[in-house]
Amino acid sequence: MEPHDHEPLPPAVPPVTRRDFLFKLGLAMNVLAAALVGIPVVGYVASALVKDRGRKAWIPLGGLDDFPLGETRLASYRNPFTTPWDGVTADVPCWVRRKAAGDFQVFAINCAHLGCPVRWFPQSSLFMCPCHGGVYYEDGSRASGPPPRGLFEYEFRVRGNHLEVRGGQTPNLSEPV
Amino acid sequence: MNRIRLLGQWLDDRLALGRLYEHTIGHRIPASSASWWYVFGSATLVCLIIQLVTGVCLALVYVPSPDDAYASLEYLDYEQPFGWYLRGLHYWGSNFMVALVTIHMVQIFLFGAYKYPRELTWMVGCALFLATIGMAFTGQTMRFDQDAYWGVEIIVSILGRLPGVGEYATHLLQGGPIVGAETLSRFFALHVFVIPGALIGLLVIHIRLILVLGISEYPVAGKHVEPGAYCDDYEGVVEKTGIRLMPEGGGKDLVFGALVLLAIVLCAALIGPKIPNGPADPTLIHTVPRPDFYFLSLFAAFALMPPYLESVVIVYVMPLAIVLLFAVPFISRGRERHPSRRPGAVIAVIVVLLSLFTLAWEGVKSPWSPQMDAWSGVAVQPRFVRGRSPLEHAGATVLQAKQCRNCHALDGAGGKRGPDLAGVATRLTEDQLVRQVLQGGGNMPAYGKHLAPHEVTALVAFLGTLHPENQPPARSAASSSSPPTGFREPR
Repeated sequence: MEPHDHEPLPPAVPPVTRRDFLFKLGLAMNVLAAALVGIPVVGYVASALVKDRGRKAWIPLGGLDDFPLGETRLASYRNPFTTPWDGVTADVPCWVRRKAAGDFQVFAINCAHLGCPVRWFPQSSLFMCPCHGGVYYEDGSRASGPPPRGLFEYEFRVRGNHLEVRGGQTPNLSEPV
Repeated sequence: MNRIRLLGQWLDDRLALGRLYEHTIGHRIPASSASWWYVFGSATLVCLIIQLVTGVCLALVYVPSPDDAYASLEYLDYEQPFGWYLRGLHYWGSNFMVALVTIHMVQIFLFGAYKYPRELTWMVGCALFLATIGMAFTGQTMRFDQDAYWGVEIIVSILGRLPGVGEYATHLLQGGPIVGAETLSRFFALHVFVIPGALIGLLVIHIRLILVLGISEYPVAGKHVEPGAYCDDYEGVVEKTGIRLMPEGGGKDLVFGALVLLAIVLCAALIGPKIPNGPADPTLIHTVPRPDFYFLSLFAAFALMPPYLESVVIVYVMPLAIVLLFAVPFISRGRERHPSRRPGAVIAVIVVLLSLFTLAWEGVKSPWSPQMDAWSGVAVQPRFVRGRSPLEHAGATVLQAKQCRNCHALDGAGGKRGPDLAGVATRLTEDQLVRQVLQGGGNMPAYGKHLAPHEVTALVAFLGTLHPENQPPARSAASSSSPPTGFREPR
């Protein structure tokens, strides 16, 4: 007697049991639930990328009389997009150079090398950086040291008797204001 | 007494503590592994435990908001009972942890313990090393002072150099367009939730791998690691001459761990925590930001490498170095484990450590930074002006007033950015000095627009006197034999 005559043929498609079905349904439901949790989480964290798009504003820096002709003075503005607990970190310093009556240069405080605060020395008309020794001329162009470019410059405008800058973002090489 | 034993038996019955012991701290290790060289991993774990305990305590008081962080640090230091001490333990614990995890890594590398079958143990260890460094950096930021603020600005500027994604990376890390409240909150979340969570998870895998694969036996010169035969050999050794980790094998770990603990306690009690150096107010620009010691070598590297290399290093070299670190077991495939048979490995360790220490030492001195107050704080020494003419005196005044001293020392006093000017007249002729002052060059700014002709004349006249008594000033070979005006013959 041929043994295979008596063996039942294996079914072409294994039958779907209730356990299998529940397992797969459970997996699918969890994937869906995880997505419902996960997508908002990613959006929450990544919102820093989108919520400040175009978030720049004109901010008054001070009266024109605060900036004597031919001199470079330290000024600071309050970041327009702050939270109430930002504290002093929202006070952004910058260097204002008055070239002519209505002509200014407003430099970011951050060295173009790695962002340290540059200091102005009026006697030698140089900006010097305390971190890695970058030096800039009075017009912000690079004089020596590691910076790959001159100081970052904010846009400015004169409104009435006030100087205003367009600020709200820390400049670096990928976003030079 | 009997009741206590009964309770112990009951707990063992329910929790299978005996079996847990047998498979963990009671597992058998080769007798040769109970060595003083093998204590650094467990000592790192001791540091981690201190960090966890003190970290949780500090979080009870610390407020991660720029408005209050500094005040809460001062409260910790001066008002909270034992606050300064716990800050000290946490600070020194982090220093010791970074040092010990590095020593542990060097020891594993030198002993070839990453070789078959422990490749994955090494890679998880590398991830633990990076997590520790991440904890160190985010922790430095928790001390929200001027160093912390500008340290974040530096990291953001480094990220800003990534091509294409720089803008996104900086905004993601800052939590917005500037360093502010959300930045500190992000660093806080990284420091107390994300990285510690990852670190503990990785540590569980690391220990699991050690338990599954066994601790490596002490290397023997000439004894090869043969994949395939190794595991049977190892099990044979453990079977025949193995000892239990606790209590037989772990005495040295216990002693060294306790010594580390005592050292941290001593440092915290005697030296104390690092005091925050001023509130993180960006408008206080009279600051000289410096990182904690673990980042000094990186800080120095960015000052010393040629500017055109910086972006290449950030984008390619640093990620590649990390990949190479992880890939060590697959690059170094030799069968020898003993360092005496692996001179390349020994040389690599010496070169890397020497470079890091040299860079860190340079970072401490940072000669590339102008000394910002030298022009007003470091006077020209009297011997350089004694007996000079009025013109030369005027020149010395120009040298001070125009901040030359911020970069140029006179006989060691002053900035180190440029060459020391004490003997400059022996190196440059009068004409060369004038050209150098007016046009700059060789990393010196040009002063042509900011010095009046009479100031240049006076300055160069003074510089011309800066040569040793017995050494004449430099002269142009093309000029007449008479000394140039303003230059003084040696007396």
